[in-house]
Order: sequence, then C-alpha cells, then structure tokens
Amino acid sequence: MNYTDLFRVTLPETALEVAALLVLLVDLGLLRNAAVKVRAAVAALLGVVGCGVGLVLVLQQGTGGLSFESTHELLLATGGFTAVAQAGVLVLTALTLLLVIDTDFTRHVGEFVAVILMAAAGGLLISGAQDLLVIFVGLELLSLGLYILTAFAKSSGRSAEAAMKYYLFGGMSAAFLLFGFSYLYGLTGSTNLHEILLGLYGPHAAQTAPLLYVAIVMIAAGLGFKVAAVPFHLWAPDAYEGAPAPAAAFIASVSKVASFALLISIGTAALHVLDGGHGAMRVLLTQGNTAPQPNYLGFNIPWSFVLTVFAAASMLLGNLAALAQTSVRRLLAYSAIAHAGYVLLGLAFFSYSPRSAGAILYYVLTYGLTTIGAFGVIGVVERATGSDKLDAFLGLHKRSPLLAAVLLVLFLSLAGIPPLVGFWAKFNLFAAVLSVSNDAICMGLVALAVAMSAVSLYYYLQVLKRAYVQPAVDETPIKVHPVSLIVLLAIAAAVVLLGVFPAVLQGWIAGFYPAM
Amino acid sequence: MLAWTIYLSFAGALLLALLPKGNHALARWLALAIAVGGLAVGVVGFVNGMGQGLTEIVNVPWVPSMGIHYLLAADGISRTLVLLTGIAAVSGVLFSWNIEVRTNEFFAFFLALIGGVYGVFLSFDLFLLFVFYEIAIVPKYFLIAIWGSTRREYAAMKLALYSFVGSAMVLIGLLASYAASGSHSTGLVALAHAGLPVSFQMWCFPLVFTGFAILAGMWPFHTWAPTGHVAAPTAASMLLAGVVMKLGAYGCLRVGISLFPHGLDPWGFSFIGIGSWRDVFALLAVIGIVYGALVALVQTDFKFVIGYSSVSHMGFVLLGLMTLNQIGMTGAVLQMFSHGIIAGLLFAIVGRIVYERTHTRQLAELETMHLSRRMPFAAWAFVVAGMASMGLPGFSGFVAELQVLIGAWMVKPWWVAAAGVGIVVGVAYTWRALQKAFFTDSRPSAHELEQEHKHPFAAITWPEVTGVVLLATVSLVVGIYPRILLDAIEPAVKALLEGVGR
Repeated sequence: MNYTDLFRVTLPETALEVAALLVLLVDLGLLRNAAVKVRAAVAALLGVVGCGVGLVLVLQQGTGGLSFESTHELLLATGGFTAVAQAGVLVLTALTLLLVIDTDFTRHVGEFVAVILMAAAGGLLISGAQDLLVIFVGLELLSLGLYILTAFAKSSGRSAEAAMKYYLFGGMSAAFLLFGFSYLYGLTGSTNLHEILLGLYGPHAAQTAPLLYVAIVMIAAGLGFKVAAVPFHLWAPDAYEGAPAPAAAFIASVSKVASFALLISIGTAALHVLDGGHGAMRVLLTQGNTAPQPNYLGFNIPWSFVLTVFAAASMLLGNLAALAQTSVRRLLAYSAIAHAGYVLLGLAFFSYSPRSAGAILYYVLTYGLTTIGAFGVIGVVERATGSDKLDAFLGLHKRSPLLAAVLLVLFLSLAGIPPLVGFWAKFNLFAAVLSVSNDAICMGLVALAVAMSAVSLYYYLQVLKRAYVQPAVDETPIKVHPVSLIVLLAIAAAVVLLGVFPAVLQGWIAGFYPAM
Repeated sequence: MLAWTIYLSFAGALLLALLPKGNHALARWLALAIAVGGLAVGVVGFVNGMGQGLTEIVNVPWVPSMGIHYLLAADGISRTLVLLTGIAAVSGVLFSWNIEVRTNEFFAFFLALIGGVYGVFLSFDLFLLFVFYEIAIVPKYFLIAIWGSTRREYAAMKLALYSFVGSAMVLIGLLASYAASGSHSTGLVALAHAGLPVSFQMWCFPLVFTGFAILAGMWPFHTWAPTGHVAAPTAASMLLAGVVMKLGAYGCLRVGISLFPHGLDPWGFSFIGIGSWRDVFALLAVIGIVYGALVALVQTDFKFVIGYSSVSHMGFVLLGLMTLNQIGMTGAVLQMFSHGIIAGLLFAIVGRIVYERTHTRQLAELETMHLSRRMPFAAWAFVVAGMASMGLPGFSGFVAELQVLIGAWMVKPWWVAAAGVGIVVGVAYTWRALQKAFFTDSRPSAHELEQEHKHPFAAITWPEVTGVVLLATVSLVVGIYPRILLDAIEPAVKALLEGVGR
C-alpha cells in the first residue's frame, strides 16, 4: 500500500469531502448575507455536482481495490457490487440534496448539506470496506452524520427527541459491534474479512464455537441496528417521525443501501472462503449430508441462521405494526423494517453467484429511490398541513393532482404491484432465494414474505384512500416547489419505467461482474 | 392484432387521466370510442382466428437472463374471452353514461382494468399473466371506493385484500414452479413441459387453483363477491361479474389445470368419498351452486340477489372445469362467456336503469312502485335477462349449463343431482325478484297515481337501450346458434386436454 493507491481508491470519497468543504466555504464565506433560499439552492447544487464527480470516478474504477502489499489483505474493494452500491449511494444522495432546496426547517443549510455529503462519504467507505477497522470507521462516519441530521430541526422538540434516541441506541450498538469485532480479532488474529473467515472456517480452523457465537450475535446486533431489523428496530419509528424530511429520506435510503452493501461484503467473503477454492466448503457441508450443495450455506454457519431469524421477525413485526399506525412517517418506518426483512432473507440465503448480490442490490437501490420520493411527498404535504397524520393526506388528488399521482405510484410500488419496480424487485429477490435452495424451510420463508406483502397492501391503501377516495376537508391547492416537483416526477417515472423494463437495471448491475 | 386490445385500453386510460377535468362529454365519448375499438379488434381477431389453433401474437425476450418473455398468444378460449371483454367494456361505458363526478378518472380506471383483463386472457407467459392479473386489482379498488354505494370503502378494501391474497398464493406457486422447473423459463408451454414432480404438483395445484378461484367466487371464498358487486358502481359490477370473475376461472384453467395436471390425480386414499383435489373442488363448486342460489332466494336487496346468483353461476364454471372431459370443460368456457353477458345485463338493469330512478334497491320498497307500468322497458328487459339467467332454452346459459351437467354426469352423477337443486332454486329466486320488483299484484291507489304523475321517472336514454339490446342480442344469438363460439372453444379445449394427458 502506498499513498498514491490510497488516493486513487478513495477518490470518490475525496470528491464528496471536497464538495462538503466547498459548500461550507461558499455558504459561510461568500453567501453569508444571502437569502436562505439562495443559499440552499447553491449548497445543494454544489453537493449534486460533488456527487456527479464521485459517480464518474466510481464508474471509472476497475475491479480490484486497495490492499496491504505485504499480505495482500484487502482493505477497500472497488468495482463489482461495490461500484453498484457506491453509484447507488451517490445517486440517492444527489436526489436527497435536490429535495433540500425546498426546505425551511433550518437557516443552516450549508452545514446540513455538508453533513449529508460527509455521511455519504461514510456510506461509500463501508460499501467497499473489507477490513473491520475500515468498516467501523465508515460506519461511525455515516452514523455520526445521521445523528446530526436527525437533530437538525433545532426548533422542533420531536427532532431533538428522535436524535437523542437514535444516538443512544446507535452508540450502544456501535459498542456491541466493536465488542464483536474484538472477539473476531482475538479468535483469528486478523482484521481482514477474508482472513477472519479463513481462520474460522478454513482448513486449519481451530475449534472456536462458543466464542464465535458470542461474536456473531454481537456483530449481528450492531449491523441489525443499522438496517433496522427486529429486534433492533426500536429507533426507526422515532427517527423517521422526528427527523426533518430530507434527513429521514437520507436515513431510509442511502444509509440502508450502504449497510446492505456491507452485509453483502460479509456474505461474499464467507462464500469466497467456504466455496472459493479453499476446499472447506465440501468438508463443512458433507457433515451429515452426503450430497454436497455448492453455493449454498444454509444454516451451516450461524450467521445465516441469525439473519433468517432477523428476516422472519422483521417481516412479521414490521408489516403487522404498520397496520396500526396513524402517522405516515411511522408507517413508512415500519414498512422499512418489513422491507429490510425481505432483503435479509436474501442475505440469509446468499449464493456465490452474481444472482444473489444482484437481486439484493436491485432491491435496496430501487427501494431507496422509492422511499426518497415518498419522503419528498410527505415533506411537501407536511409543510402544507403541518402534520404527517393520515388525515393530512385527505383530498390530496384535489389539492395537488400531480403529487397525488406520484404518491400513488410510489406506494403501489412499495406494496409490490406490477408493473412498478417494487414488484420486480421482490420477484427477483425471491426467485434468487429459491434458486439457492428450494427446500421446505426456504419455501416457507418465501411464502411468509409473499403473504406479508399482501398484508402490506392494506396500510399503503390506507394512505391512498385518504388521497383519492375520502372527501377533502380543505381544498386549497398545495404549491410544490418546481425543483421538488421535477425530482418527484422523475422518481415516479423511473419507478414505472424500471418496472416495465426490469432488464435494464438488472443488466447494468450484472455488467459489473464480467468475470463470472 | 389482438395485442392492440391491450395497448388501446392502456393508452386510453393514460389519455383520460391526462385529459383536462370537467369535460364530461369528451371523456365519455373517448372512452366509448376506445371500448368500441377494443371490441372491433376482438371481433376481427375472433373471426380471423377461426379454425386456427394456438397462434403467437408477440414474443420478445423481456428479461432474457431469467427466461421471461413478453409472450402474447391466443387460442379459441382466449379469443372467446377477449370477445366477452370487448362486449363488457362497451356496455360498461354505455351504462356509465351518467357518471358526473370525476368522469375522466372513472373512465381512466375503467380502461386500465379492461386493459389488464385483456392482458390476462392473451398472456402465455406465467409471469406476464401474473403482472396483468395484478394490474387489474388496483383499478377495481378505486372504482368501488370512489364511485360506489352501500358501504363502499369496506367492500372495496375487502375485494382488494381478497384479490391480493389470492394473487399472493398464485405468486408463491409461480415462484415455486419457476424454481422447481430449473429456472429457465416462465412460459406456460415451457413450464407445462418441464416435468414438474408429481409430489410438487400435489401441493402447488391446490395453492394456485385456490388463489385463482378466490377471484372466481368459489365457496367459501366468495364473500367478497356479493358485497363488492353491491357496493360497486354499475359499470364496475358489470365488469366484476362479467369479466373479473372470469379472470379467476381462466387462471384456474390455464394455469392451475394445464401446469399441474397431476395435482388432480387421486391421493390414493379417500375420506367420505373424497379422494383427490378434483373431488374437493367439485364439491366446493356444487356447494357454491346450491348455497349461492339459496342465499339469493332470501335477499331483501335487489342487487344482492344478482350478486349471489353470480356465485351460483360461477359454481357451474368450476364444476365444468373439474369434469376434465371435453364436453364439461367446453361448457365451462361457454358458461364464462354466457354468465359474463347475462350478469352484465342483470346488473345494468338493477344498478343503472332501476336504481338511478328509484334510488332504492330494497325489494320491499320497489314492490310499492309498480315498475312494470312506470318502467316497462326495464321490466321487459329484466324478464329477458331473468329467463336467460334461469337457463331457459334459447339463451346462452342453457347451452352452457347443459354441457356442464352432461360432462359432470359422465364423471359423478350425484354432482348433477346436487347442481340440479341449484337450478330449480335459481328459477325460484329469479321469479321472486321479478315479481317483487316489477310485477306486483296490488293496484296503485289514486294518491299513488297522482304522486307518480307529479314525479315521473326520467326517460330511458339511448345508451341504456343500446346496452340492453347489445347484451340481450348476444345472449340470444349464442343461445340459438352456439356453434359460433363452440367452433372456437372445442378445439382449444381438446388441445388443452391432450396437453394434460386426459
């Protein structure tokens, strides 16, 4: 490793950090006396440019990464699914920034945009991280940004409360994570994902079971918190409810994409060790089972078992709790928990083929896109009505037909109605899960997921019913900022088009795996 | 060619959604033009398809990496049902001529639903079929919830959830069979030839069949149907009974029976005479026939009578499917067509012609209104529709139900004995409704005559006359000369039965 390589590999992160500093410089220096609206627009546009530059840099990086020269232990990966996740992080960040232009919850727009950019840099970092220390640094960079963003509406008590809860839970989970990491290091003497897994499951693995289980549970707790998996989901409804709308959108999309990318890294590393030429896979899988099943880990490693439990619990609790919500933000939070459950199912039944990673990335990217749009609509409605309750959406089709149409498309997509992208994402994910294994357990879990998404239609329709069916209390038109409207319409159009032509995005993602 | 029915309907839906609000007349005429266009395409496709078997219309790779194709094709069954959809769409627009609230949105949802229905009937890729099947769910919800009557939000949500649960079961079956067949293709033909294991078919068949049959109103999953029909605006109840319930029955036939034929094999043991899924579903169908008829007999709401009669008539379709012989299944497909026309006519008379003028559907109140005198057109139209519904010779229902019964007799005579009870009760409830609503014995008092004179009912409009004439004529023509449709249906059923090895 030399500094040139380091610089080359972290160019996208650097672009974001430079953009963040530039935003601060311009906002606090040049535009000190300008109107808030102007400052917001300039800051957001600078940020979008930074994301654009980062995107170009990400797409130019080849497959490979940064490793220690002496040991070839990978620190940061580039290319492959890392590039897909990083591109997703950048695009979703840019969309969030465009929604910031039309905000009035704070006068400190420069700082808000800068913190978003820095948190996104953390997201980029963990998307490619292959080393426990890098993972932890990236996670903290992302998380600290998110705590600040949540608290940014300083005049709102709810915002402060949400940030406090988020911070306390987050700090606790980071401690768990670090504790688990320390055990892993103690067990294997390495901080590199591949080395650790080789140490645990490789041909020379020592008997490490009890300590390993403790470590896995600790790490699962820490990462489960990031993706809001049951039982570590408690922060999500409060954070989604209290945070300013763009911050909530950022938490729901960018942070999710990055965290799931990290989980994919772990899954891939595990499979690489168990299946990729180390010969351990066969040994492991033929114990008590004569037919070797390549590419499939199942419950043979406890990690998959933990993820399966998380997945089932999240699908059930997320969907059922969402039924009872009266606040649309809390409803979206529980729906996010449910969606995390579906994705975790994909991670629990993960295979060393582009299929699994591709399906998961497809799911989280399109989910992130949809949910940013949803929070965009909620933000506009909230400013017009002062509330995010279900009844705030009454008669939306009269007050703003376009906004209502966007809401219709996005929520139906979240419910998984074809031909919208949410349906294809689910189908693709579940098909990938079943392609790994179609035994009774796996089939049952997929059936549970499909059944739960039937349940979810009910609560999405509760919002749409207010918007389209029930009579309006107040029929004054809602004005939408032109930029926000264009962004929201673009997101809705993307949700429709990606759903009608699913092969486009899928082919693009698959294009990052030339070797396989 | 037939694919244009789909594109035309969706394009029309989009156009109507974008149309400036407030111009009701334009929206109506546009919707009518598109519906007529769809029907014309359907008729041309039907005529051109005569004597041809399964013809491919479009086949382009949709998601090549997963073997999913945008594959539209048609055989005699598809063409018949596309024809039905076209007729139902045109008459539905005609009977919605009086919609004044959010007119263009109404027709946009209406045409989106129609487009989805056309799509299901023409899809020969299971994934594509499922996509169209789900597209049809959401417009139904909004049509009922926004423009409906009696407990509309409850009925709309119930309908949407029943449909979605049914389609979730289908989706599980789709995913499972895709995985079990080796994940190469979702084409119906490819899946049917994939050699799915018998044990797999044994559990997947009932799952998928039930999922579709929920939408076909199979007892005991029928409860969405009466409430949904009653709450829906007239055009939507016509579509629900006319074509949406057929979506379910079509799915049972095209997906359930064709893909998982071994699911119908005997279990190898029998319990109180039931030894296979075939017996189970036939029993449920017979229960549906009798139960629907008996419940229709005691309804106080005119529309509920028709709603439950739909459950009863759809039982014949399911019973016909379970005969698994040429004549019974031909009868089932013909019954789909026939019931689509007749139920549409009945709902149009009750929901549009009568209700919009009397503002009540309670038979007890209608009894006092002497409708046969004040609305002779409605009364005689209902006499015709009622006769068709009872299955009198000369109407399409007779040919269809007779074939189903003959087919069933060849398998198990007691099915026919039980279904016969349903037919007798069917005569009774139609008679009762006819008498109570239109032909009461009591003479109007002088005071009543004066009141009637002061508040005459609005005159029957031309769309209503056109719609009634269209539907009644179709039922009569098919009843008198069923060969028109049978020539298309019989070869298709034959090919299908050969495909499943029966």
